[in-house]
Amino acid sequence: MPQMMPNLPPAIEAALASYRPLPGIPDELIDPNGQIRPVWRAFIDLFSRLSPDEIAARFALGDQHLADSGVYFRHVDGGTSRERPWPLSHVPVLISEREWAEIEAGLVQRADLLELVMRDIYGPNRLVAEGSLPPMLLAQNPEWIRPMIGVQPRTGHFLHFLSFELGRSPNGKWWVLNDRTQAPSGAGFALENRVATTRMFSDYFQSSNVKRLEGFFRSFRDHLLSLRGADATVPAILSPGSHADTYFEHAYTARYLGLALLEGEDLVVEKGRPMVRTISGLRPVDVLWRRIDSAFADPLELDEASQIGTPGLVGAMRQQGVTMVNAIGSGAVEIRALMAFLPRICRLMTGEPLRLSNIATWWCGQSKERAHVRDHLDAMMISPALSTRLPFDREDTSAIGGKLRTQAVQTLQGLLDTEAGYLVGQEAITLSTSPAYVDGALRPRPMTLRVFLARHADGWTAMPGGYARIGRSNDVTGLSMHAGGSCADVWVVSEQPIVPERMTGLGDAREIAGDETELPSRAAENLYWLGRYIQRAEFLTRLTRVFDIRTTELRSSNPPLLEHLTGYLRFLGVEPDENPPTAIAQSVRSAARCSRHLRDRLAPDALVAIAALSEMIAPRPAGVSLALHMGDILRQTIGFSGLVREYMYRSSGWRFLSAGKALEGALSTCSLVASLVEPSAPPGAMEAALDCADSKLAHHHRFGFDMSCDTVTALLCLDRRNPRSLLHQLDQLKLHLEAMPNAAHDGMASPLMRAFMKIHTAVAVQTPQTLDAATLLSISRELASLSDQLTATYLS
Amino acid sequence: MLYDLRLKIAYKYAAMAGSSRHVIRVTPRDLPGRQRTIVSSLEISPRPAERSAFRDSFGNEAQDVFLRGEHSRFEISVRARIERQASAPLALPDPRIETLEDAIRLHRDLGPDSPHHFRARSRLVRPGQETTGFALGVLPESAGVVEAVRRIGEALHTEMTYDVNATDVDTPHEAAFAARGGVCQDFSHIMIACLRGVGIPAGYVSGVLRTIPPPGKERLAGADAMHAWVRAWCGANIGWIEFDPTNAIEVGDQHIVVAYGRDYSDVSPAKGVLRLAGGQQSSQSVDLVEADSAGSSAP
Repeated sequence: MPQMMPNLPPAIEAALASYRPLPGIPDELIDPNGQIRPVWRAFIDLFSRLSPDEIAARFALGDQHLADSGVYFRHVDGGTSRERPWPLSHVPVLISEREWAEIEAGLVQRADLLELVMRDIYGPNRLVAEGSLPPMLLAQNPEWIRPMIGVQPRTGHFLHFLSFELGRSPNGKWWVLNDRTQAPSGAGFALENRVATTRMFSDYFQSSNVKRLEGFFRSFRDHLLSLRGADATVPAILSPGSHADTYFEHAYTARYLGLALLEGEDLVVEKGRPMVRTISGLRPVDVLWRRIDSAFADPLELDEASQIGTPGLVGAMRQQGVTMVNAIGSGAVEIRALMAFLPRICRLMTGEPLRLSNIATWWCGQSKERAHVRDHLDAMMISPALSTRLPFDREDTSAIGGKLRTQAVQTLQGLLDTEAGYLVGQEAITLSTSPAYVDGALRPRPMTLRVFLARHADGWTAMPGGYARIGRSNDVTGLSMHAGGSCADVWVVSEQPIVPERMTGLGDAREIAGDETELPSRAAENLYWLGRYIQRAEFLTRLTRVFDIRTTELRSSNPPLLEHLTGYLRFLGVEPDENPPTAIAQSVRSAARCSRHLRDRLAPDALVAIAALSEMIAPRPAGVSLALHMGDILRQTIGFSGLVREYMYRSSGWRFLSAGKALEGALSTCSLVASLVEPSAPPGAMEAALDCADSKLAHHHRFGFDMSCDTVTALLCLDRRNPRSLLHQLDQLKLHLEAMPNAAHDGMASPLMRAFMKIHTAVAVQTPQTLDAATLLSISRELASLSDQLTATYLS
Repeated sequence: MLYDLRLKIAYKYAAMAGSSRHVIRVTPRDLPGRQRTIVSSLEISPRPAERSAFRDSFGNEAQDVFLRGEHSRFEISVRARIERQASAPLALPDPRIETLEDAIRLHRDLGPDSPHHFRARSRLVRPGQETTGFALGVLPESAGVVEAVRRIGEALHTEMTYDVNATDVDTPHEAAFAARGGVCQDFSHIMIACLRGVGIPAGYVSGVLRTIPPPGKERLAGADAMHAWVRAWCGANIGWIEFDPTNAIEVGDQHIVVAYGRDYSDVSPAKGVLRLAGGQQSSQSVDLVEADSAGSSAP
């Protein structure tokens, strides 16, 4: 390799001591003459002056940000799927603005071309008629969605948001490795990459000319807003739901841009347009940023097995009642084989050659091309023609350099005879390298860029940087990009100073705020049940702790009490011998499941608290008592409740969460008092009830040493000053119900309010003497049916 | 031949269903030179809140129907007077199967009747070793396409038993073929798999059969409900021919075409999405009778 420049400052020389670009492979940091490229100089200057400890401290800042924000993606591995922290490669990739401008111009041309191809393949099909596109590549293309043939997008455009994977070829030029037109992901992660790197290198950022990302998102949001019809609500991201690998990004992006986050079951199509089920009834939404694959969008006209779609969405497209970003069926132009034809199609449709080449591709369904692939097998990757994956994807690459990657029965030559139309040959490529910090030093690692393009009123713009994938080893054939690769920020460095711009205060704030009454019913339902399950977990945990403490203290002296408590716990589903008790585990898991659907509505701290709570639902180690374990869980639930009470914005979502907590609180108090505070209960049961309601001090304060069923019932049920009391919970519930939509109409209370007030009044007029177990149980039943009525009114 | 058609499809739900949306394909097609609808009506009950007609990508007339609110049944009835021409005997030379590949490649068109749609696997038809092996076993060394369609259709008719209890609407055709039994849907899917397996583009036809046979002829199997048969592409000159493997006959003036597709999932007469708490019962009745030439028994 070429020698490094001899007159480098010693610090830089030391920092790059392990940095050895590979022979014949372009490197982003070091040019072919061994010089540091000018765009990197200032950054390397800074980096080289950091001690290993300082580097570790800075990287930790970035990691901390990602952890605090809960940035994760879902990783599917061998049938199991789990959440994984975002794999940040801490060293950014730097690219000059001039080079970036060329990339952008090339991709804008490509985006316009893909739009033209979409218009043709869902319209007149001239490309097929003229022989520019083999009909098989549409007829057998799984993403060519037949019901969309002849359906014109109402805004005139099929494509609005795209991404492209780019690699740098050995001659230094960029080429396109694949086109993402269906539902590109990564833009939200790019934003998080940027926040993380800004934290790590804040001193550098202030003085650098790194292009900011906010403007790109702002103009795309404005574009989405402009696509709406007159009466439609805020545009929405249509997500497959919390099981999707990039659900975090859907929620994050929705939150960042002030868009709604919807799933298929939030929508119903009426009169040719999608409507959102909200707590105030159906509300039209007519711009959907689709993150769900085309075939799943509509079980009626597309994949009938889809559980995540909305019946009638295709009909809504046909009737021009909705703009899909991107149109259903736009995945058709992602297939690998199209790359074999795009260069010619570009000249044909635009009169110009492609400004940015794509990876050289030969479709084996043509005899001349097949022969070429056959003759150059050593320099080819052979893979499925209709696949939409990256060229070097491990899962479906059949062969590289003529060597079969799988235990195929047929030889490659045989495959080329029998399956030719289903195969492409693609030039076996190498990628450029860029620095990653590995084992305490900067080392070259293969790299691909992901570039996002968004449409706005005047055409396309590229997001200036944000996302590169970094390979795990120094294998530059691209194979190391899978399984364990990481993701780096990309800095596009301008020669001019950058004027910072921020998202806040942009556009018309009223426009995007979204009316409070438009909370989707499904979100409200998840919030309501989150409140109920958290409250239930808290109650069961308290009761179990009280039981375990009594067990230790009174093992021999009061068997009847222990028996009574055990019976009550069992009635509630808690088996004290289980580790951890099932009913508690179920409440926590149910709460966590609700919270997964609420990523766009709960603060990161609240999500982190629930995640921590879930982690506690595990067998406690030997030597840790049940009471201690319960205490830990209890503190975590109280922490979450505190966040909700002290920090959560008083939105209608907060109302539903709090109403769930209050209703569950009322139910558990009824149950507790009915079971433990009654004449037939063994001695000590009333104290246990007071303990469980954390009301022992209050009781002493009010009644001194006198304790009877009446005093305990008074305190736990009828004393409004006691926040654990039944009446206090009902007072709270009243405030929330009154603030919900349509609680009153023309001065008349709604049926739900009337049902509630009956219960509220029935409790308020009680005395400790009249409030016996039977009355409490009947109040419980009425509260349960009130919950059903609330569900019917707002949540379905 | 002039026919009067009465077709009724009814679903009864054990518990009330909520709002539901359906796409239905029940009206006979207009096929220039072969089949013409003189008059037709389509009634849906309960009365839909929304109803819009569109033509699907295979040229079938479809209706998008929305029923608002709870309902316990869903009924579709069609009445039509249809003129059906007997097809003229084929006078064109039968191309060899080997020539189809090139003929298809030269076919630069993806319209509703393009052979390109009907070659590979589709949602419900998966050409495989069993079916392809069977098809190859009944073909001579170098077969003509039309000849191949007839031989495969007749061989399947001989091999398979018509048995309404052998399968249901969701039985995969592989299982029906393994059991050598089924109904018109199974016969058709299996024959399509056989044809595609040997390189002949083949599709699914839904339709109805004449209820009472012409004098001296046997009543056809499958006349009590909607029927299904197969179409096969026999080169650019001949185009599509239709064969009914359930009855082992070439389709003539006793068959009325309702819809074309790659398999049943493209043409199912009523496809709906609804939430059901209990089960459902469905029933079909079909009546296709020769109209009085004077038109006195108009529907």
